[in-house]
Amino acid sequence: MLKEEKRFVEIDSKYVPRVKVKDRVWKIDAEGMYYKDLNSLLRDMCNKGAEKILIRNVCGQRYIGTDLNAEVEIDIHGTPGNDMGAFMSGPLITVHGNAQDGCGNTMNDGKIVVHGQAGDLTGHSMRGGQIFVRDDVGYRVGIHMKEYKRKIPDIVIGGAAGDFLAEYMAGGVVVVLGLTLGECERCKARFVGTGMHGGVIYERGDILEVGKGTKLMKVGKRDMQVIERLVKEYCERFSADYEIIMNAKFHKIVPVSKRPYSKLYSN
Amino acid sequence: MKTNLLPEFLVERDERRCIRCKVCVNQCTYETHSYDEEDDVICSKDENCVNCQRCVTFCPTHAITIRKNPNVNTENANWTVAAIRDLKKQAETGGVLLTGMGCDKPNLTYWDRLLLNASQVTNPSIDPLREPMEIRTYLGAKPDELEMEMENGSILLKTKLAPQLRLNTPILFSAMSYGAISLNVHEALARAATKCGTYFNTGEGGLDKRLYKYGDHAIVQVASGRFGVHPDYLNAGAAVEIKIGQGAKPGIGGHLPGEKVTPDVARTRMIPTGTDALSPAPQHDIYSIEDLRQLIYALKEATNYTKSISVKIAAVHNSAAIASGMVRAGADIIALDGVRGSTGAAPKIIRDNVGIPIELVIAQVDQRLRAEGIRNKASIIAAGGIRSSGDVIKAIALGADAVYIGTAALVAVGCTVCQRCYTGKCPWGIATNDPWIAKRVNSDIATERLVNLLRGWSLEIKDMMGGMGINAIESLRGNRLALRGVGLTDTELKILGVKMAGA
Repeated sequence: MLKEEKRFVEIDSKYVPRVKVKDRVWKIDAEGMYYKDLNSLLRDMCNKGAEKILIRNVCGQRYIGTDLNAEVEIDIHGTPGNDMGAFMSGPLITVHGNAQDGCGNTMNDGKIVVHGQAGDLTGHSMRGGQIFVRDDVGYRVGIHMKEYKRKIPDIVIGGAAGDFLAEYMAGGVVVVLGLTLGECERCKARFVGTGMHGGVIYERGDILEVGKGTKLMKVGKRDMQVIERLVKEYCERFSADYEIIMNAKFHKIVPVSKRPYSKLYSN
Repeated sequence: MKTNLLPEFLVERDERRCIRCKVCVNQCTYETHSYDEEDDVICSKDENCVNCQRCVTFCPTHAITIRKNPNVNTENANWTVAAIRDLKKQAETGGVLLTGMGCDKPNLTYWDRLLLNASQVTNPSIDPLREPMEIRTYLGAKPDELEMEMENGSILLKTKLAPQLRLNTPILFSAMSYGAISLNVHEALARAATKCGTYFNTGEGGLDKRLYKYGDHAIVQVASGRFGVHPDYLNAGAAVEIKIGQGAKPGIGGHLPGEKVTPDVARTRMIPTGTDALSPAPQHDIYSIEDLRQLIYALKEATNYTKSISVKIAAVHNSAAIASGMVRAGADIIALDGVRGSTGAAPKIIRDNVGIPIELVIAQVDQRLRAEGIRNKASIIAAGGIRSSGDVIKAIALGADAVYIGTAALVAVGCTVCQRCYTGKCPWGIATNDPWIAKRVNSDIATERLVNLLRGWSLEIKDMMGGMGINAIESLRGNRLALRGVGLTDTELKILGVKMAGA
């Protein structure tokens, strides 16, 4: 049967000298490397039991972290390409730079930490795991995030967010800290949480213009526990001042209904 | 508000035959029948009846007849009974009218105006009962050329083939999600596909863990809601399908109502029980062909290039150009769903007015891909209103590689096309997740019925091929000389690439 024949992308032998192992850290020089080769190399390393991988000179390679499904730490220096960590389940990816579009797209588990900005679609349809972005994110972030029982995804945005943030949100937690905004400046995002029917968005201060079908509420004790846990981790990861960040009033945005379209139809 | 709507159907019970066994009372999920103990009679609420024929089929004495209500407004060609009914319903509720199944409007079917050829005198027909007849079909990208190598006297294939789906018969079960249909039906489709050597499509609701064992015969779908999509799911299937559109409702998303999101469905979809499961209209990470390519390759990466990636679109005006883009974006299979394609729930106005017939689109897409020299790079699956093996073979002659069947498969299981799937109360236990009703489908029996259907159709396909003197389905693919049209205009014939009968 043809189906059984598995097709693996072969690693070009010229890339082999680019890999070094030191103190159980696998180091890759990714300069000029095609994304298929890089991802195939990462797959091989994970199969060989790599626990820590450091990739240098990353420049636009797509889909890093996809199909690794292992608890591996990947440090990326440079700018990874689109769909980093798409369908990812397990790895911890730290980007020392900016992430592009689709980072954490339909992510299942694991963690993405971006020391910079992340593009559009960050955490699109995310089902589990966490994304921490130090600065701003683009448009359509966290669209249709989900949750099921204890599997609740988190997105923490240090800066501001673009339009359509958490549209159609069905579950999960989005925190917008707005640290890159000036004093009294609000996020320019429109349609925040439109069509939302689950999950929660926390904002530091009153920086978001809420969309249709959502309502702004005061945070309770339980909300503060979630915020404190996430902000604490944010501060640890990005060496930010916890006291300064927490010294502000948080609000939450929640859906008006779990069934936004229940009255739309006549049977 | 008092309703002005008259019952659509009248339930007539022959009192001499009725033995008060109450089967009808128990079988009707719309609470049409009720038993009055005091008077020992069974009464019927006509307005609840949807004419699903469940009570009629199960009545042991054939005491029940369902009749169309003869009390209708004056018949008028423009203001039909159905149109007035819809208007009244809307005036009373103010909502979007929902419906189920495929478009029921006449004059949208081209299959009936296409006729097949047969051999007479000049070339012999083949008897499929005595001679081998090949209907096995491989779906997936085919290489531009094959490189062979001689080794020790045997020929080896040097070219690396893209992953292929092997179908013993060119018929697959269309995407129907767990949530829209019950687990028992999903299981029956999976088992029948496995038994017949073909594939079922999970639809966009994920795949229940209990059905992972049939993964080798599953096409797992990734749609705008991304329900139940995770690495295990992607790798469980034999292929992955990106659903862009559906023939019954091109351009819009889907709302699985909260009532249907039971704990089991919630677990498979990974959303809280009882919330609406919303599939947005677009996939928010696909706004262009380039974005489609990005998702196709994300899925290829996620499955380590071991699975074919299919992209399904609804048949719309520019399908041929879009299909060309899809193939160039890296799709191994393109699925086309025509205007008569079915659904578990869609706004009636969209189902009946948006999209175009599948026959025209198969012809146009096949022609376009051939003209551009990229037909080999993707297989075509046609869907949307395939009712018989005759439709299958005509679809293949127009240029499809295989077809998806949805409604036909459900009818085999028990569906009577009453068009009420969206209520979640399907009395036949198909389009429901109420555990009490869903039990009505026995997965063993449903599997057997589906296997019988595919066997019957496969035999008929071989018969028709034999009659044409063709012994391999590949020789029929895109072979429009095997078709002739009747009652079609010159333009229609030109678009279909078919000659007028007699020419």
